[in-house]
Amino acid sequence: MRALPVAACVLALSLVGTALAQQQEQAPGLPAGSAEVQSAAPEVGAGRGGPNSTQPNSSEPSLPTGQPRSAAPEGIAPRPPRPVTPIPAPPPMTARGGPDAAEVELQHALRGGVIQGMVSIPNQSAGILIQPEGRDWRGFRTRTLTIAGAALVLGMVVLLGILYFWKGPQRIEAGRSGRSIERYGPLERVNHWMVASSFVILGLSGLNITFGAYVLRPVIGAEAFTTFTLWTQAAHHFLSFPFTFGIIVMLLIWARDNLPARVDLAWIRAGGPFAKGHPPAGRFNPAQKGLYWFTILGGLVAAVSGYLLMAPALLDNISSQQVAHVVHAGMAMLMIAAILVHIYVGTIGAEGAFEAMSTGRVDFNYAREHNSLWVEERLTEARRSVAPADARTAGAD
Amino acid sequence: MARLKFLCDSDRCIECNACVTACKNEHEVPWGINRRRVVTLNDGKPGERSISMACMHCTDAPCAAVCPTSCFYGTADALVLHDKDLCIGCGYCFYACPFGAPQYPRVGNFGGRGKMDKCTYCAGGPQQDNTAVEYMQYGSNRIAEGKLPLCAEMCSTKALLAGDGEIIAAIYRERVQQRGFGSGAWGWRTAYKQELTV
Repeated sequence: MRALPVAACVLALSLVGTALAQQQEQAPGLPAGSAEVQSAAPEVGAGRGGPNSTQPNSSEPSLPTGQPRSAAPEGIAPRPPRPVTPIPAPPPMTARGGPDAAEVELQHALRGGVIQGMVSIPNQSAGILIQPEGRDWRGFRTRTLTIAGAALVLGMVVLLGILYFWKGPQRIEAGRSGRSIERYGPLERVNHWMVASSFVILGLSGLNITFGAYVLRPVIGAEAFTTFTLWTQAAHHFLSFPFTFGIIVMLLIWARDNLPARVDLAWIRAGGPFAKGHPPAGRFNPAQKGLYWFTILGGLVAAVSGYLLMAPALLDNISSQQVAHVVHAGMAMLMIAAILVHIYVGTIGAEGAFEAMSTGRVDFNYAREHNSLWVEERLTEARRSVAPADARTAGAD
Repeated sequence: MARLKFLCDSDRCIECNACVTACKNEHEVPWGINRRRVVTLNDGKPGERSISMACMHCTDAPCAAVCPTSCFYGTADALVLHDKDLCIGCGYCFYACPFGAPQYPRVGNFGGRGKMDKCTYCAGGPQQDNTAVEYMQYGSNRIAEGKLPLCAEMCSTKALLAGDGEIIAAIYRERVQQRGFGSGAWGWRTAYKQELTV
């Protein structure tokens, strides 16, 4: 019963006076002037152990708990035995069989894969400590691409030169007829030249990035070469858009005429471009179809990989960027070689071919020799439009 | 001449990032560019270790080999520096670098790369030493003043060592012999084709 002495104390204090009360030691937790401290719950009542509490009746006599105290005095716990040899302090975590730097680097260099950690800066890709793939990419850039690319492009130029001086341009066998037939409409020609001019600049600026340091830089000097390369790099970036757009237009307008046909097999079996005479072909012969699909698919692959390189934020991963570069550069070299063949055949390689894309019309004899089936188709169409099949001569009936 | 190298004693590095801060402050490196960073391997696991990494100034540097404009050059102390006036921001050095050292501001077309920035070993660039022009492009040139890189000088546990390769290797060997363990010099095999044997 703590409340009683407290209440008595408060009563006494009120009698002595406030001046004395401040000198008196107050009960802890009791603010000055508070009359009485109440407990949270009354400490009397059933089940609370007060004087009125009752225990449940039980037939079992209550058993004493615990054990009787032993007579012996309580001792202190025995000390552990002192070791004969001192236990050495454990090595720090970093020294417990941790990997050796040179060993880890060697493993990763042989097996591949980056040594990845954690960084506390926002650029999480900086968490790569060492990336051995860079060495492979370096080999591609300085050896594979330069040697194979140069061999491919120069080899193709030499090959076409040999072809030209050995066989000469392919003439129209029947000579020019003086009549012409429309081969490419304005949309087809404008689109072709848009893609062609972009491709030439894309190709030359790309070759400059690959070979310029060895070829052009010693000639024009370091500063001039950098200025030139910055401009061609900008051209490379911006001309990619007309190129890609034109490739998509080409896909839409020429895909139907470039689907493989049964007659293509005969054309190939006859010897293709080196056949005696001219095997029959539709609007495009199989060689043209092959170039078409190679240009479309290769162009799209080069465009996608190029855009990934152009905006590095799209691929925030160094290995993917290396792969994108390998795909882009490799595909570009193949396309340059293929387009060299296309330029040769379209200009000096075959008489009467260039005017198809410049004027849109080809000589009738050229068309009949190169694309006989297409000419027949066009002629039938023309006859039908002049005199429909169901038309009858006036007064015949 | 000396062959200047970096060596990070990963048994001492406590990942306080003072080297990173010192570098950024000394050269006034812009946002988003980190010439030096601290990479923690096995973070939160037994055997965790941190390594401060920047350009290691490699022997036979891959960046210099792949650069389309040949903007890299070596100094008498075997540092690998570059001329920002010749850089076109193509990113080739970043593809080739084993340590991810080249950094680029995103100022090019289509969020592309601007002129490359990397650790200069506090040795500036090809401009006249300690001029305002050099400071603008490359940061301060402590080597020309006869001082070592600030990252290593600031290191609170002396985990990051900079200086002549022979001397810092000797310091590291002595430490390993005294304390009885050491995980080796991270990046040395890749950068210098050399293993630091104790």
